[in-house]
Amino acid sequence: MVINIILIIMLVIAAVGTVMTTRLPRSAIGLAITSVLLTIIMFKLGSPLAAVFELSVCAGLISAIFISILSLMRRITTESRAVRQKEHFHKYWLLPIIIVLAAIALSQIHLPMDFNLPKQPSENDVRIILWNLRHLDLLGQIVILLAGSFGVVVLFKERKNE
Amino acid sequence: MSSDIPQLFRVFSIGIILVFIAGLYCLLVTGNLIRALIGLELLIKAVTLFIVLAGYVTGRTGLAQALAITLIVIEVVVIAVAVGVILCVFRYNKSVSVKMLRNIKG
Repeated sequence: MVINIILIIMLVIAAVGTVMTTRLPRSAIGLAITSVLLTIIMFKLGSPLAAVFELSVCAGLISAIFISILSLMRRITTESRAVRQKEHFHKYWLLPIIIVLAAIALSQIHLPMDFNLPKQPSENDVRIILWNLRHLDLLGQIVILLAGSFGVVVLFKERKNE
Repeated sequence: MSSDIPQLFRVFSIGIILVFIAGLYCLLVTGNLIRALIGLELLIKAVTLFIVLAGYVTGRTGLAQALAITLIVIEVVVIAVAVGVILCVFRYNKSVSVKMLRNIKG
């Protein structure tokens, strides 16, 4: 239980750090760290396959996408960076206070938790559920992947008149 | 069901709500399109963790994992397309500020 509390506190700190960081590459790295912590929590909650997906796709692929798009953009000057840091602080100084106040308020609320659910189905293996019960989800995933790849091809295409 | 599951659910729920608040704040306050995307990522991460937690608490981890995998696939497609849109915006405006999008015709 103590490890779980430490992990969830680290997750919240990583998320707040991701938002609060001034520089975008650091923000992308913070997002990757958040994904890694989420992966550890998923492993601990008995969802190894989803955790592997989270680690490979979110911590790996999405971080690579963010870093690559940042590398395509121009660098800012030192003067404008100082101005931006000041603006950033003015925008985000409220967030840690909101997070701390929300944590205190939520810890005071005691909701009745009754998890008496209907009898669970006999099958609990993710592979069987994914292929037998949720096969329409797989079809939807394939359609979304195709639509996404088509969108990426259209958006990244170099136009002749440019 | 183990006796500490309600306590675990409570602790994780608070953490998930806090991550959600961080993502929502980022999405509302920022003027940078890439940072807005990072805020959206945090929102999706909070939802993913809540699905996995619900599966753990109810003993249906298989179904929760299937839903989480679907969510991750949709997330990566959304991010890839959004990054393409941001790149197009940057090519035209030489900026990724939301304020520049006010000049769009239509």
